[in-house]
Amino acid sequence: MKFGKLLASAVLALGVGGAAYADGHAPTKVGFVYVGPVGDGGWTYEHDQGRLAVEAEFGDKVETVFVENVAEGPDSERVMTQMALDGADLIFTTSFGYMDATNNVAAKFPDVKFEHATGYKRLHPNVSTYSARFYEGRAIQGHIAGNMTESNIIGYIGSFPIPEVIRGINSAYIHAKKVNPDVEFKIIWVYTWFDPAKEADAAKTLIDQGADVVLQHTDSTAPQAAAQEAGGVVTFGQASDMGQYAPFPRVSSIIDDWAPYYIARTRAVMDGTWEQMDTWDGIGPGMVKIGEITDAVPAEVKAEAMAMRDALADGSYHAFTGPLNKQDGSPWLAEGETADDGTLAGMNFYVEGIEGEIPQ
Amino acid sequence: MDLSAINPILLIAAMIAASTPILLAAIGELVVERAGVLNLGVEGMMITGAVCGFIITVNSGSPTMGFLAAAVGGAVLSLLFAFLTQVALANQVASGLALTLFGLGLSALMGQSYVGIKPPRTETTPLGPLAEIPVIGPIIFGHDLIVYLGLAIVAGTWAVLTFSRAGLILRAVGENHDAAHALGYKVKRIRTLAILFGGACAGLGGAYISLIRVPQWTEGMTAGVGWIALALVVFASWKPWRVLLGAYLFGGITQLQLNLQGAGVAIPVEYLAMSPYIVTIIVLVILSADKSRAPGSLGRTFHASS
Repeated sequence: MKFGKLLASAVLALGVGGAAYADGHAPTKVGFVYVGPVGDGGWTYEHDQGRLAVEAEFGDKVETVFVENVAEGPDSERVMTQMALDGADLIFTTSFGYMDATNNVAAKFPDVKFEHATGYKRLHPNVSTYSARFYEGRAIQGHIAGNMTESNIIGYIGSFPIPEVIRGINSAYIHAKKVNPDVEFKIIWVYTWFDPAKEADAAKTLIDQGADVVLQHTDSTAPQAAAQEAGGVVTFGQASDMGQYAPFPRVSSIIDDWAPYYIARTRAVMDGTWEQMDTWDGIGPGMVKIGEITDAVPAEVKAEAMAMRDALADGSYHAFTGPLNKQDGSPWLAEGETADDGTLAGMNFYVEGIEGEIPQ
Repeated sequence: MDLSAINPILLIAAMIAASTPILLAAIGELVVERAGVLNLGVEGMMITGAVCGFIITVNSGSPTMGFLAAAVGGAVLSLLFAFLTQVALANQVASGLALTLFGLGLSALMGQSYVGIKPPRTETTPLGPLAEIPVIGPIIFGHDLIVYLGLAIVAGTWAVLTFSRAGLILRAVGENHDAAHALGYKVKRIRTLAILFGGACAGLGGAYISLIRVPQWTEGMTAGVGWIALALVVFASWKPWRVLLGAYLFGGITQLQLNLQGAGVAIPVEYLAMSPYIVTIIVLVILSADKSRAPGSLGRTFHASS
């Protein structure tokens, strides 16, 4: 009870303080919760670039704070609560596993705006979700991978079996299969977003088992290093350009560009126009960018990939276009039909041709 | 499922390499604990070793220099722990945790300008014709020097603890520091030396990750290996050869589960993912059914007047 009172009075004090600040010149405080270190060279690095862009845009009108290496689950709830108590006006929580924690904390702090990346739960009016259509980039990767593999074995390092990752596997597989009917996917789940040693081990295992293309859905550059060490193995930058491994093994990349979104949402909080939203942007609006395709890729494959990028951007092509069957052979999309966002958001099945089961 | 995709020779070779960081860190911690000190800072010393080794290797071009620097880096950091616990008589658990947090932060700071750089390659040991022997060659004789060094340290630790006077003194200090003190042994000096040894080993283990296993520098790249090494010491009931067995089991099953996944074996992935922890613990618990127990003075602060 005592603690409850303490908490209540702390909130009260903050509320009073906040009100006093509101008419003054106090900077808007924006918090970021990261799942890995800002130096991971991948996912968290790009979110931190977004944070720096917010600082550059608003100068001393904004104050940003971040906490890195926050474990998904209860620990993240503690971190978010602390941020809210410290007076944050807007908090970006940048990993799927923060979903419930974000909503729990949002319930306790109705005046603080929360933005949860890659999730789908918006239980309170002060929670927005945002994500990028990474699967559009995966389609291009699949196209290049299917063309470049000689062993016809493509390795895929999965983090957690959640819809976002499964979408990426399906999208890459569909487009690899389209150009190379003999292609086979080997998928290893590592159950972590960030563990360089484990990611490197997974990449080496896939290479030992014959893969000459390795796709990763984890955050560090370790698989790139492992592929470089092995030689002759193609990789793609994930979440960030990972350009230090170009032109080979990294032949292209998916780059997440969060800066415009973070700036827009911060401005909305400053103007008082912030509203709950569900944003899911792809290549078109620029949230997903395709990193430079290097000369290691044959010129005509590169041209096809660029054409696909443009078609995805202007909406004339959808990465999930029928005819497509589910893994068990049951029909999913008819000829010419495209997948709706609802199905994609909750995707929990492989498409026909992928072997193995999704861990449940 | 296609088990033929798994190459047993590559698998076993990968197992041995993957076990080395845990093995090095654990054998160092074993000596520390046998001297009666509980140092929870293994993770911090490993990551510091990883970054020190990486920086020196990149700048000097020599992995050997890098590994030396890693050992020195880990030892220097452990000196801080030695000062806190042996001179300032601070609580060992709190000091160890602080050391881990400090090491993680310090390494991130030191490594800031080294993200994304590729270190010079560490060559495998030139064992000439031995490495050409079919099957056994690639498994046993195809490794880098640090793998063999790890094995040598385990053998050396076992021999020293079991047969030498120095080992006897170290164990005496760990079992009952008051008695050892009464006999005229310098408890603090011996413990400080043990802590330094532990730090150097942890540093080597960290550098093995950043220079050979991955190889690159990324913040927080040891990702909990230090904690596994700590647990391993307890489950191995403070015996060097069991530490070796535990490390190989852990590293081996980690590799095996990745290979099984790649081959599409129909065991649920969750079971595969947890198997390294479970199997290692079960085997070592069964082994420790004998009367082995922790060193008597483990974790207790020593002051000459008390």
